[in-house]
Amino acid sequence: MNVVGATVGWLSDPANWTGPNGIPTRVGEHTAICLAAMAIALAISLPAGLYTGHTRRWAGLAAGLAVIGRALPSLALIGLVLPITQALDPDRGFSLYPTLIAMVVLAIPPILVNADAGLRAVDADVVEAARGMGHGEAGLLRRVEVPLALPVLLGGIRSAAVQVIATTTLGAIFALGGLGRYIVDGIAQNDDGMLFGGVVLVGGMAMTAEGLLGLLQRVAERRAAARVP
Amino acid sequence: MLDWGWLADHLPALAYRTGQHLYLTSIAMAVGLAISLALGTAAARRRRLYSPIGIVAGLLFTIPSLALFAALVPIVGLNLLTAEIPLVLYTLVILFRNVVAGFDAVPADVHEAADAQAVVGLARLLRVDLPLATPLIVAGIRVATVSTIGLVTITATLGDAFGGLGFFIFEGARRSFPTEIYAGALPVILLALALDRLFAWLGDRLTPWSRASTAEATSAPWREEAGAA
Repeated sequence: MNVVGATVGWLSDPANWTGPNGIPTRVGEHTAICLAAMAIALAISLPAGLYTGHTRRWAGLAAGLAVIGRALPSLALIGLVLPITQALDPDRGFSLYPTLIAMVVLAIPPILVNADAGLRAVDADVVEAARGMGHGEAGLLRRVEVPLALPVLLGGIRSAAVQVIATTTLGAIFALGGLGRYIVDGIAQNDDGMLFGGVVLVGGMAMTAEGLLGLLQRVAERRAAARVP
Repeated sequence: MLDWGWLADHLPALAYRTGQHLYLTSIAMAVGLAISLALGTAAARRRRLYSPIGIVAGLLFTIPSLALFAALVPIVGLNLLTAEIPLVLYTLVILFRNVVAGFDAVPADVHEAADAQAVVGLARLLRVDLPLATPLIVAGIRVATVSTIGLVTITATLGDAFGGLGFFIFEGARRSFPTEIYAGALPVILLALALDRLFAWLGDRLTPWSRASTAEATSAPWREEAGAA
Protein backbone atom coordinates (compact mmCIF):
# COMPACT_ATOMS: atom_id res chain seq x y z
CA MET A 1 0.00 0.00 0.00
CA ASN A 2 1.50 3.31 -1.03
CA VAL A 3 -0.56 5.08 1.64
CA VAL A 4 1.20 3.14 4.38
CA GLY A 5 4.56 3.80 2.75
CA ALA A 6 3.81 7.52 2.42
CA THR A 7 2.73 7.68 6.07
CA VAL A 8 5.80 5.86 7.37
CA GLY A 9 7.97 8.00 5.10
CA TRP A 10 6.42 11.21 6.35
CA LEU A 11 6.62 10.17 10.01
CA SER A 12 10.25 9.10 9.71
CA ASP A 13 11.45 12.14 7.76
CA PRO A 14 13.69 14.11 10.18
CA ALA A 15 12.60 17.36 8.51
CA ASN A 16 9.10 16.80 9.91
CA TRP A 17 10.43 16.67 13.45
CA THR A 18 11.80 20.20 13.68
CA GLY A 19 10.62 23.77 13.35
CA PRO A 20 7.30 25.54 13.91
CA ASN A 21 5.45 22.98 11.77
CA GLY A 22 7.37 20.04 13.27
CA ILE A 23 5.70 17.14 15.01
CA PRO A 24 6.94 18.03 18.55
CA THR A 25 5.59 21.59 18.17
CA ARG A 26 2.23 20.41 16.83
CA VAL A 27 1.88 17.71 19.49
CA GLY A 28 2.70 20.35 22.12
CA GLU A 29 0.09 22.75 20.71
CA HIS A 30 -2.52 20.03 20.52
CA THR A 31 -1.82 18.90 24.08
CA ALA A 32 -1.91 22.48 25.39
CA ILE A 33 -5.26 23.25 23.76
CA CYS A 34 -6.81 19.97 24.95
CA LEU A 35 -5.47 20.39 28.50
CA ALA A 36 -6.72 23.98 28.65
CA ALA A 37 -10.16 22.96 27.40
CA MET A 38 -10.33 20.05 29.85
CA ALA A 39 -9.17 22.24 32.77
CA ILE A 40 -11.82 24.88 32.08
CA ALA A 41 -14.50 22.24 31.52
CA LEU A 42 -13.56 20.45 34.76
CA ALA A 43 -13.58 23.72 36.72
CA ILE A 44 -17.13 24.36 35.54
CA SER A 45 -18.71 20.94 35.43
CA LEU A 46 -17.15 19.13 38.37
CA PRO A 47 -18.45 21.48 41.11
CA ALA A 48 -21.84 21.66 39.35
CA GLY A 49 -22.14 17.88 38.97
CA LEU A 50 -20.94 17.19 42.51
CA TYR A 51 -23.45 19.71 43.83
CA THR A 52 -26.46 18.33 41.95
CA GLY A 53 -25.45 14.75 42.67
CA HIS A 54 -24.75 15.31 46.37
CA THR A 55 -27.89 17.32 47.08
CA ARG A 56 -29.88 15.15 44.66
CA ARG A 57 -31.49 18.27 43.34
CA TRP A 58 -31.77 19.69 39.83
CA ALA A 59 -32.10 16.25 38.22
CA GLY A 60 -33.29 17.95 35.04
CA LEU A 61 -30.04 19.92 34.65
CA ALA A 62 -27.90 16.87 33.89
CA ALA A 63 -30.60 15.30 31.72
CA GLY A 64 -31.07 18.52 29.76
CA LEU A 65 -27.35 19.01 29.34
CA ALA A 66 -27.01 15.46 28.09
CA VAL A 67 -29.53 16.19 25.34
CA ILE A 68 -28.11 19.58 24.38
CA GLY A 69 -24.50 18.39 24.65
CA ARG A 70 -25.17 15.66 22.12
CA ALA A 71 -27.13 17.93 19.83
CA LEU A 72 -24.50 20.64 19.39
CA PRO A 73 -22.30 19.90 16.37
CA SER A 74 -18.78 21.13 17.17
CA LEU A 75 -18.07 22.61 13.76
CA ALA A 76 -21.31 24.60 13.90
CA LEU A 77 -20.42 25.71 17.41
CA ILE A 78 -16.99 26.91 16.33
CA GLY A 79 -18.66 28.77 13.47
CA LEU A 80 -21.21 30.28 15.81
CA VAL A 81 -18.76 31.84 18.26
CA LEU A 82 -16.10 32.70 15.67
CA PRO A 83 -17.52 36.02 14.44
CA ILE A 84 -17.96 37.13 18.07
CA THR A 85 -14.49 36.19 19.31
CA GLN A 86 -12.95 37.59 16.15
CA ALA A 87 -14.60 40.94 16.78
CA LEU A 88 -13.16 40.92 20.31
CA ASP A 89 -9.66 39.77 19.38
CA PRO A 90 -8.84 39.86 15.63
CA ASP A 91 -5.84 37.55 15.99
CA ARG A 92 -6.55 34.71 18.37
CA GLY A 93 -10.29 35.26 18.03
CA PHE A 94 -10.09 33.53 14.67
CA SER A 95 -7.80 30.67 15.60
CA LEU A 96 -7.64 29.76 19.28
CA TYR A 97 -10.73 31.01 21.09
CA PRO A 98 -13.56 29.58 18.96
CA THR A 99 -12.10 26.07 19.09
CA LEU A 100 -11.25 26.37 22.78
CA ILE A 101 -14.80 27.48 23.60
CA ALA A 102 -16.32 24.72 21.46
CA MET A 103 -14.09 22.11 23.13
CA VAL A 104 -15.11 23.33 26.61
CA VAL A 105 -18.77 23.09 25.62
CA LEU A 106 -18.13 19.62 24.18
CA ALA A 107 -16.41 18.40 27.37
CA ILE A 108 -18.85 19.75 29.96
CA PRO A 109 -21.83 17.39 29.44
CA PRO A 110 -20.02 14.02 29.86
CA ILE A 111 -18.19 15.22 33.00
CA LEU A 112 -21.21 16.85 34.61
CA VAL A 113 -23.65 14.09 33.70
CA ASN A 114 -21.33 11.40 35.10
CA ALA A 115 -20.46 13.28 38.29
CA ASP A 116 -24.17 13.72 38.89
CA ALA A 117 -25.13 10.15 37.99
CA GLY A 118 -22.19 8.68 39.92
CA LEU A 119 -23.12 10.43 43.15
CA ARG A 120 -26.80 9.63 42.76
CA ALA A 121 -25.98 5.96 42.34
CA VAL A 122 -24.26 5.81 45.75
CA ASP A 123 -26.42 3.61 47.98
CA ALA A 124 -28.69 5.78 50.14
CA ASP A 125 -28.08 3.44 53.11
CA VAL A 126 -24.33 4.04 52.85
CA VAL A 127 -24.92 7.80 52.85
CA GLU A 128 -27.25 7.51 55.85
CA ALA A 129 -24.76 5.35 57.73
CA ALA A 130 -21.97 7.87 57.05
CA ARG A 131 -24.18 10.71 58.32
CA GLY A 132 -25.01 8.62 61.39
CA MET A 133 -21.30 8.18 62.07
CA GLY A 134 -20.97 11.94 62.24
CA HIS A 135 -19.66 12.83 58.77
CA GLY A 136 -20.46 16.40 57.81
CA GLU A 137 -21.63 17.19 54.27
CA ALA A 138 -18.12 17.99 53.02
CA GLY A 139 -16.59 14.95 54.70
CA LEU A 140 -19.38 12.76 53.36
CA LEU A 141 -18.72 14.02 49.84
CA ARG A 142 -14.96 13.70 50.08
CA ARG A 143 -14.56 10.46 52.01
CA VAL A 144 -17.64 8.48 51.00
CA GLU A 145 -19.46 9.69 47.92
CA VAL A 146 -16.59 10.71 45.63
CA PRO A 147 -14.52 7.54 46.22
CA LEU A 148 -17.57 5.39 45.45
CA ALA A 149 -18.57 7.46 42.43
CA LEU A 150 -15.01 7.81 41.14
CA PRO A 151 -15.17 5.07 38.47
CA VAL A 152 -18.25 6.64 36.85
CA LEU A 153 -16.81 10.12 37.28
CA LEU A 154 -13.54 9.14 35.61
CA GLY A 155 -15.52 7.48 32.84
CA GLY A 156 -17.04 10.88 32.04
CA ILE A 157 -13.64 12.54 32.03
CA ARG A 158 -12.32 9.81 29.74
CA SER A 159 -15.16 10.23 27.23
CA ALA A 160 -14.68 13.99 27.29
CA ALA A 161 -10.90 13.78 26.85
CA VAL A 162 -11.07 11.39 23.88
CA GLN A 163 -13.70 13.51 22.17
CA VAL A 164 -11.77 16.72 22.76
CA ILE A 165 -8.50 15.25 21.42
CA ALA A 166 -10.18 14.01 18.24
CA THR A 167 -12.32 17.09 17.71
CA THR A 168 -9.67 19.77 18.35
CA THR A 169 -8.46 18.86 14.84
CA LEU A 170 -11.43 20.81 13.46
CA GLY A 171 -9.78 24.01 14.68
CA ALA A 172 -7.25 23.67 11.87
CA ILE A 173 -10.01 24.53 9.39
CA PHE A 174 -9.94 27.95 11.05
CA ALA A 175 -6.18 28.52 11.13
CA LEU A 176 -5.54 26.89 14.50
CA GLY A 177 -2.33 24.91 15.04
CA GLY A 178 -2.19 21.47 16.61
CA LEU A 179 -2.34 18.11 14.86
CA GLY A 180 -5.38 19.07 12.79
CA ARG A 181 -2.98 21.21 10.77
CA TYR A 182 -1.48 18.08 9.18
CA ILE A 183 -4.92 16.71 8.34
CA VAL A 184 -6.28 19.92 6.85
CA ASP A 185 -3.03 20.77 5.02
CA GLY A 186 -2.61 17.15 3.95
CA ILE A 187 -6.04 17.27 2.33
CA ALA A 188 -5.40 20.67 0.75
CA GLN A 189 -1.96 19.73 -0.60
CA ASN A 190 -2.96 16.21 -1.60
CA ASP A 191 -0.19 14.92 0.66
CA ASP A 192 -1.31 11.49 1.87
CA GLY A 193 1.78 11.02 4.04
CA MET A 194 1.06 14.21 5.96
CA LEU A 195 -2.68 13.48 6.18
CA PHE A 196 -2.31 9.93 7.51
CA GLY A 197 0.69 10.90 9.65
CA GLY A 198 -1.61 13.42 11.33
CA VAL A 199 -4.31 10.76 11.75
CA VAL A 200 -1.83 8.35 13.34
CA LEU A 201 -0.62 11.05 15.75
CA VAL A 202 -4.13 12.14 16.79
CA GLY A 203 -5.26 8.53 17.09
CA GLY A 204 -2.19 7.74 19.18
CA MET A 205 -2.88 10.67 21.48
CA ALA A 206 -6.54 9.75 21.87
CA MET A 207 -5.68 6.12 22.58
CA THR A 208 -3.03 7.15 25.11
CA ALA A 209 -5.56 9.31 26.96
CA GLU A 210 -8.12 6.51 26.73
CA GLY A 211 -5.61 3.99 28.07
CA LEU A 212 -4.31 6.13 30.93
CA LEU A 213 -7.73 7.26 32.10
CA GLY A 214 -9.08 3.74 31.65
CA LEU A 215 -6.28 2.48 33.90
CA LEU A 216 -7.14 5.09 36.55
CA GLN A 217 -10.76 4.09 36.23
CA ARG A 218 -9.94 0.43 36.90
CA VAL A 219 -7.87 1.35 39.97
CA ALA A 220 -10.76 3.45 41.24
CA GLU A 221 -13.17 0.59 40.57
CA ARG A 222 -11.07 -1.80 42.65
CA ARG A 223 -10.83 0.70 45.49
CA ALA A 224 -14.54 1.46 45.38
CA ALA A 225 -15.34 -2.26 45.40
CA ALA A 226 -13.07 -2.76 48.43
CA ARG A 227 -15.00 -0.13 50.34
CA VAL A 228 -18.42 -1.73 50.00
CA PRO A 229 -18.56 -5.43 50.80
CA MET B 1 -23.59 42.45 11.80
CA LEU B 2 -25.41 40.07 9.50
CA ASP B 3 -25.57 40.76 5.79
CA TRP B 4 -29.31 40.34 5.19
CA GLY B 5 -28.97 41.05 1.49
CA TRP B 6 -26.64 38.06 1.10
CA LEU B 7 -29.10 35.87 2.98
CA ALA B 8 -32.01 36.99 0.80
CA ASP B 9 -29.99 36.28 -2.35
CA HIS B 10 -28.99 32.85 -1.13
CA LEU B 11 -32.35 31.50 0.02
CA PRO B 12 -32.51 28.95 -2.83
CA ALA B 13 -28.95 27.82 -2.04
CA LEU B 14 -29.89 27.50 1.65
CA ALA B 15 -32.92 25.39 0.78
CA TYR B 16 -30.83 23.21 -1.54
CA ARG B 17 -28.11 22.68 1.08
CA THR B 18 -30.69 21.88 3.78
CA GLY B 19 -32.19 19.29 1.46
CA GLN B 20 -28.74 17.85 0.77
CA HIS B 21 -28.04 17.74 4.50
CA LEU B 22 -31.22 15.79 5.19
CA TYR B 23 -30.59 13.53 2.19
CA LEU B 24 -27.06 12.58 3.34
CA THR B 25 -28.33 12.14 6.92
CA SER B 26 -31.27 9.91 6.00
CA ILE B 27 -29.21 7.55 3.83
CA ALA B 28 -26.70 7.10 6.67
CA MET B 29 -29.43 6.56 9.25
CA ALA B 30 -31.42 4.10 7.11
CA VAL B 31 -28.38 1.98 6.23
CA GLY B 32 -26.97 2.26 9.76
CA LEU B 33 -30.24 1.19 11.35
CA ALA B 34 -30.64 -1.78 9.02
CA ILE B 35 -27.10 -3.01 9.69
CA SER B 36 -27.28 -2.52 13.45
CA LEU B 37 -30.64 -4.27 13.70
CA ALA B 38 -29.12 -7.26 11.90
CA LEU B 39 -25.85 -7.19 13.88
CA GLY B 40 -27.66 -6.41 17.14
CA THR B 41 -30.06 -9.33 16.75
CA ALA B 42 -27.12 -11.62 16.11
CA ALA B 43 -25.05 -10.27 19.01
CA ALA B 44 -27.96 -10.39 21.47
CA ARG B 45 -28.07 -14.15 20.81
CA ARG B 46 -24.35 -14.81 20.50
CA ARG B 47 -22.54 -12.87 23.20
CA ARG B 48 -19.12 -13.70 21.74
CA LEU B 49 -19.82 -11.34 18.83
CA TYR B 50 -20.43 -8.40 21.11
CA SER B 51 -16.96 -7.52 22.32
CA PRO B 52 -15.10 -7.56 18.97
CA ILE B 53 -17.72 -5.23 17.51
CA GLY B 54 -17.49 -3.08 20.63
CA ILE B 55 -13.70 -2.80 20.34
CA VAL B 56 -13.86 -1.77 16.68
CA ALA B 57 -16.49 0.80 17.62
CA GLY B 58 -14.25 2.19 20.37
CA LEU B 59 -11.27 2.50 18.02
CA LEU B 60 -13.37 4.37 15.48
CA PHE B 61 -13.94 6.96 18.16
CA THR B 62 -10.33 8.02 18.30
CA ILE B 63 -10.14 8.79 14.57
CA PRO B 64 -11.07 12.40 13.82
CA SER B 65 -14.07 12.43 11.50
CA LEU B 66 -12.31 15.03 9.36
CA ALA B 67 -9.59 12.47 8.66
CA LEU B 68 -11.88 9.51 8.06
CA PHE B 69 -13.63 11.25 5.18
CA ALA B 70 -10.36 12.31 3.59
CA ALA B 71 -8.81 8.89 4.18
CA LEU B 72 -11.40 7.21 1.96
CA VAL B 73 -10.77 9.38 -1.09
CA PRO B 74 -7.67 7.44 -2.27
CA ILE B 75 -9.52 4.16 -1.68
CA VAL B 76 -13.05 4.60 -3.05
CA GLY B 77 -12.62 7.80 -5.04
CA LEU B 78 -14.85 10.82 -4.66
CA ASN B 79 -18.51 9.84 -4.68
CA LEU B 80 -21.48 9.33 -2.40
CA LEU B 81 -19.76 6.33 -0.77
CA THR B 82 -16.85 8.48 0.40
CA ALA B 83 -19.27 10.47 2.52
CA GLU B 84 -21.64 7.68 3.47
CA ILE B 85 -19.18 4.99 4.63
CA PRO B 86 -17.87 7.05 7.59
CA LEU B 87 -21.35 8.40 8.34
CA VAL B 88 -22.77 4.88 8.49
CA LEU B 89 -19.83 3.65 10.59
CA TYR B 90 -20.38 6.39 13.15
CA THR B 91 -24.11 5.62 13.39
CA LEU B 92 -23.25 1.95 13.96
CA VAL B 93 -21.19 2.80 17.05
CA ILE B 94 -24.28 4.24 18.69
CA LEU B 95 -27.10 2.17 17.17
CA PHE B 96 -25.49 -1.24 17.60
CA ARG B 97 -24.99 -0.77 21.35
CA ASN B 98 -28.52 0.48 21.82
CA VAL B 99 -30.08 -2.33 19.79
CA VAL B 100 -28.21 -4.91 21.88
CA ALA B 101 -29.08 -3.09 25.12
CA GLY B 102 -32.71 -2.97 23.95
CA PHE B 103 -32.91 -6.70 23.29
CA ASP B 104 -31.10 -7.39 26.58
CA ALA B 105 -33.68 -5.36 28.46
CA VAL B 106 -36.48 -7.77 27.52
CA PRO B 107 -37.25 -9.67 30.77
CA ALA B 108 -36.71 -13.42 30.79
CA ASP B 109 -40.24 -14.14 32.02
CA VAL B 110 -41.60 -12.31 28.99
CA HIS B 111 -39.68 -14.80 26.85
CA GLU B 112 -41.06 -17.68 28.88
CA ALA B 113 -44.59 -16.35 28.49
CA ALA B 114 -44.04 -16.01 24.74
CA ASP B 115 -42.66 -19.55 24.54
CA ALA B 116 -45.64 -20.87 26.49
CA GLN B 117 -47.94 -19.33 23.90
CA ALA B 118 -45.84 -20.83 21.11
CA VAL B 119 -44.73 -17.38 19.93
CA VAL B 120 -41.23 -18.33 18.87
CA GLY B 121 -38.54 -17.52 16.31
CA LEU B 122 -39.22 -14.64 13.99
CA ALA B 123 -42.69 -14.07 15.43
CA ARG B 124 -41.23 -13.61 18.91
CA LEU B 125 -38.56 -11.30 17.55
CA LEU B 126 -41.02 -9.09 15.71
CA ARG B 127 -43.98 -9.16 18.08
CA VAL B 128 -42.29 -9.41 21.49
CA ASP B 129 -38.61 -8.41 21.44
CA LEU B 130 -38.73 -5.55 18.95
CA PRO B 131 -41.59 -3.63 20.59
CA LEU B 132 -40.00 -4.00 24.04
CA ALA B 133 -36.59 -2.94 22.72
CA THR B 134 -38.06 0.07 20.94
CA PRO B 135 -37.52 2.70 23.69
CA LEU B 136 -33.76 2.04 23.78
CA ILE B 137 -33.53 1.74 19.99
CA VAL B 138 -35.32 5.07 19.62
CA ALA B 139 -32.96 6.60 22.18
CA GLY B 140 -30.09 5.38 19.98
CA ILE B 141 -31.73 6.76 16.84
CA ARG B 142 -31.99 10.17 18.49
CA VAL B 143 -28.32 10.34 19.45
CA ALA B 144 -27.21 8.90 16.10
CA THR B 145 -29.32 11.33 14.08
CA VAL B 146 -28.00 14.32 15.99
CA SER B 147 -24.44 13.09 15.64
CA THR B 148 -24.90 12.44 11.91
CA ILE B 149 -26.31 15.94 11.36
CA GLY B 150 -23.08 17.26 12.87
CA LEU B 151 -20.87 14.91 10.88
CA VAL B 152 -22.51 15.78 7.56
CA THR B 153 -21.15 19.34 7.97
CA ILE B 154 -17.64 17.86 7.91
CA THR B 155 -18.24 16.14 4.56
CA ALA B 156 -17.82 19.63 3.10
CA THR B 157 -14.08 18.84 3.12
CA LEU B 158 -14.84 16.45 0.27
CA GLY B 159 -15.89 19.25 -2.02
CA ASP B 160 -18.87 21.28 -3.16
CA ALA B 161 -20.97 18.24 -3.97
CA PHE B 162 -21.17 17.37 -0.26
CA GLY B 163 -21.40 19.01 3.12
CA GLY B 164 -25.02 20.11 3.20
CA LEU B 165 -25.15 23.22 5.35
CA GLY B 166 -21.52 22.65 6.33
CA PHE B 167 -20.64 24.04 2.90
CA PHE B 168 -21.53 27.52 4.17
CA ILE B 169 -19.46 27.09 7.34
CA PHE B 170 -16.37 26.10 5.34
CA GLU B 171 -16.81 28.72 2.64
CA GLY B 172 -17.69 31.39 5.19
CA ALA B 173 -14.54 30.59 7.15
CA ARG B 174 -12.42 30.68 4.00
CA ARG B 175 -13.83 34.08 3.07
CA SER B 176 -13.97 35.32 6.71
CA PHE B 177 -17.61 36.15 6.14
CA PRO B 178 -19.65 35.78 9.38
CA THR B 179 -23.06 35.87 7.70
CA GLU B 180 -22.24 32.82 5.64
CA ILE B 181 -20.83 30.94 8.65
CA TYR B 182 -24.05 31.65 10.55
CA ALA B 183 -26.15 30.66 7.54
CA GLY B 184 -24.63 27.20 7.92
CA ALA B 185 -24.11 26.90 11.67
CA LEU B 186 -27.48 28.07 12.99
CA PRO B 187 -29.69 25.87 10.79
CA VAL B 188 -27.46 22.86 11.58
CA ILE B 189 -27.99 23.31 15.32
CA LEU B 190 -31.73 23.91 14.86
CA LEU B 191 -31.99 20.87 12.60
CA ALA B 192 -30.25 18.69 15.20
CA LEU B 193 -32.45 19.91 18.05
CA ALA B 194 -35.63 19.63 15.95
CA LEU B 195 -34.90 16.06 14.84
CA ASP B 196 -34.02 15.07 18.42
CA ARG B 197 -37.41 16.38 19.62
CA LEU B 198 -39.20 14.75 16.68
CA PHE B 199 -37.79 11.30 17.44
CA ALA B 200 -38.44 11.75 21.19
CA TRP B 201 -42.07 12.51 20.36
CA LEU B 202 -42.28 9.66 17.88
CA GLY B 203 -40.77 7.26 20.43
CA ASP B 204 -43.37 8.30 23.01
CA ARG B 205 -46.13 7.71 20.47
CA LEU B 206 -44.77 4.30 19.48
CA THR B 207 -44.30 3.05 23.03
CA PRO B 208 -46.82 4.85 25.22
CA TRP B 209 -46.07 2.43 28.07
CA SER B 210 -42.55 3.73 28.45
CA ARG B 211 -42.03 7.37 27.76
CA ALA B 212 -38.53 8.21 26.60
CA SER B 213 -38.85 11.70 28.01
CA THR B 214 -39.44 10.33 31.50
CA ALA B 215 -36.62 7.82 31.12
CA GLU B 216 -34.40 10.78 30.27
CA ALA B 217 -35.08 12.52 33.58
CA THR B 218 -33.61 9.67 35.57
CA SER B 219 -29.88 10.12 35.56
CA ALA B 220 -27.92 7.60 33.56
CA PRO B 221 -24.15 7.80 33.09
CA TRP B 222 -22.88 9.24 29.84
CA ARG B 223 -22.42 6.62 27.23
CA GLU B 224 -19.74 6.80 24.64
CA GLU B 225 -20.95 7.85 21.28
CA ALA B 226 -19.57 9.12 18.03
CA GLY B 227 -19.96 12.69 19.02
CA ALA B 228 -16.69 13.73 17.47
CA ALA B 229 -18.40 16.05 15.04
